[in-house]
Amino acid sequence: MLSTYFIVKIILVLVLFLVTLTMAAYSTYAERKVAAFLQDRLGPNRAGPFGLLQPVADGVKMFMKEEIIPNTSDKAIFILGPSIFMITALLTGVVIPWGPDINVNGTNYPLQIADINIGLLYLFGVVSLGVYGIMLGGWASNNKYSLLGSVRASSQMISYELAMGLSVIGILLYTGSLSIKDIVIQQQGMHWNVFYQPLGFIIFLVCAFAECNRAPFDLAECETELVGGFHTEYSSMKLGLFLFAEYIHMFISSAVIACVFFGGYDFPFIGKLGLSPNIFALVGVVVLFAKIIFFIFFFMWVRWTIPRFRYDQLMKLGWQILIPLGLFNIFVTGGWLTLKNYLNW
Amino acid sequence: MEQELTKKTNILEGSSPVSLDQLPQQDYNILNLGPTHPATHGIFQNVLKMDGEKIIDAEPTIGYIHRAFEKIAENRPFYQVTTLTDRLNYCSSPINNMGWHMTVEKLLGVKTTKKVDYMRVIIMELARISDHLICNSVLGVDTGALTGFTYVFQLREKIYDIYEEVCGARLTTNIGRIGGMERDFTPKFWQKLKEFLDEFPKIFNEFDSLLTRNRIFFDRTKNVGGISAERALNYGFTGPNLRATGVDYDVRAMNPYSSYQDFEFEVPVGETGDCYDRFLVRNEEIRQSIKIIEQAMKNMPEGRHFVDVPEFYLPPKQDVYTKMEALIWHFKIVMGEVDVPVGEVYHSVEGGNGELGYYLVSDGGRQAYRLHFRRPCFIFYQAYPELIKGSMLSDAILTMSSLNVIAGELDA
Repeated sequence: MLSTYFIVKIILVLVLFLVTLTMAAYSTYAERKVAAFLQDRLGPNRAGPFGLLQPVADGVKMFMKEEIIPNTSDKAIFILGPSIFMITALLTGVVIPWGPDINVNGTNYPLQIADINIGLLYLFGVVSLGVYGIMLGGWASNNKYSLLGSVRASSQMISYELAMGLSVIGILLYTGSLSIKDIVIQQQGMHWNVFYQPLGFIIFLVCAFAECNRAPFDLAECETELVGGFHTEYSSMKLGLFLFAEYIHMFISSAVIACVFFGGYDFPFIGKLGLSPNIFALVGVVVLFAKIIFFIFFFMWVRWTIPRFRYDQLMKLGWQILIPLGLFNIFVTGGWLTLKNYLNW
Repeated sequence: MEQELTKKTNILEGSSPVSLDQLPQQDYNILNLGPTHPATHGIFQNVLKMDGEKIIDAEPTIGYIHRAFEKIAENRPFYQVTTLTDRLNYCSSPINNMGWHMTVEKLLGVKTTKKVDYMRVIIMELARISDHLICNSVLGVDTGALTGFTYVFQLREKIYDIYEEVCGARLTTNIGRIGGMERDFTPKFWQKLKEFLDEFPKIFNEFDSLLTRNRIFFDRTKNVGGISAERALNYGFTGPNLRATGVDYDVRAMNPYSSYQDFEFEVPVGETGDCYDRFLVRNEEIRQSIKIIEQAMKNMPEGRHFVDVPEFYLPPKQDVYTKMEALIWHFKIVMGEVDVPVGEVYHSVEGGNGELGYYLVSDGGRQAYRLHFRRPCFIFYQAYPELIKGSMLSDAILTMSSLNVIAGELDA
């Protein structure tokens, strides 16, 4: 039984790995196409039909480019930076329940690699480790622009992680669990958290943008000020890893938003269709991915619409607006739950 | 001996173009913004002394694309100077061309007809629109919003198509001739112009609504890179950057050339002279330019598209091949062997960035004795260190793009 368990997990890990990378690769394609759509352009359309092979071409290009490591850089850390960023990005997917359990020969196989009871906490922990990649990479480049970029990135991540953490506490208060699977299961039947925690959702969404270093929070790499920000000195696949990891972050953030606030694989009336459990599971996966893709589109939509903040405005938004709002949200949720308990509703 | 050595090094340091002061600088960070930096639209260097993200001091260096245009122009016959003016402010080269033609006409004492004037007004206002569109949309790009840029770039393409219809070129236009236009506007030109005017409001309003009332854009540009009217006048600011401070100086209204007195238009002014005001002033000027073009289209007089300036206006090709006098004039003009009166003229036009002046001293003969271009960008850029001192790095970038400093015009 143990061997089956391991085989299933290994298969899941491999599939997740592949899916994450594919999603990230095609996010780059989608980004260009969405940008082109929003900007009255055509976007990539040379490589393959509709430019569908563009991510492959980009990958090949990245590998073929000359590897440049500046003489003045700290070489070991210079290489470590993008590696940490990529690894932490890939680690995040394990706690996300990708769909309902699949039943084979009477045994339930969950479509989740690790249902740990501190799933959400794990996610925050791993994501915040990612900032080390940016910080070390930017610092080891020994370039002033990189340093400025990485300082911006680290202060931004630290301040927005606080608000992000505060925004989900409201949910934790009434789900009583940090496991993402529990949170998803409690939302079944359209009891989506977004209806109960709209403020928490908005704070979380804003912070997710900041965590992904996406516009309007892309200060760490804003090309018009800091040339390339923390990855100014990087070339070849190391640059690719940075860029790629960012898209993975976006994918995972969308998945977390879908799971924590939008019921994960839940869909209205899906329970009433009378599907067999396995079909139900597959439909669930499709539903979850539809939600994820919607949020990825939303990320892109925002990026190509609004300008970015200035550094001090970003800090002000984080510390003076989002964190007080997050605290307020906790206060209101806590007060409501206490009242409910007291009156025995 | 040792003292002498230190003294020597000090002098050396003092003479280096990038040294800022002699105070110990351990606490500050020196950042080279440029010469090749994505935000410097063109090539110029700024050495910033920074305290974290805050700019303590700035030292601009210019001259990276200095091409000695004034000197070259002094060694060329007049008609060949037009191509040099193209490369000053290359975002609105027709205005530069027309300004030069009018300067020479002033020297010769030629009075152009209304038809020529109106044709020039249309081209110049189109150039102003394209210049302002680029400046404002690039301000958007520098704040991180690329989409507005792509919208108005389509409009600029249309304007360039119109140029192409008139003169065959797009960026460095060399449009018009001394004495008029090289040929009359074709029906296709009018059709293209009409199409442009028809679709302009929709696209431009889209761009406007994307940025003007955007909270982030507002916060980014309000109170950034501001300058008082007094300081601006002391520096010699002109154009939208001066009008943004509240001074209603516009060469078109104050000292009308090319029959601008015939047209109804407003001169928008700002209040604080910051990036946001400059943005608004430019946007409004674009609308006013459209108004001027519409009036010029409506009231376009009949007549010839050139006036009689045999010294400079090439005779028709038909005559060159069949008549001896025409052939002689053609030859003389092309070889630049025409005489001009002795004199000294200054003519200024309202360029994309401000008062673009041509100071021409002629001692007779084929070329100018002395020629000076009054280039507004050169003047704005002197104020740049003052504008960005004490602000953040991001503000410095925005200030530069909203001043619309164009390297070609700055360095000449």
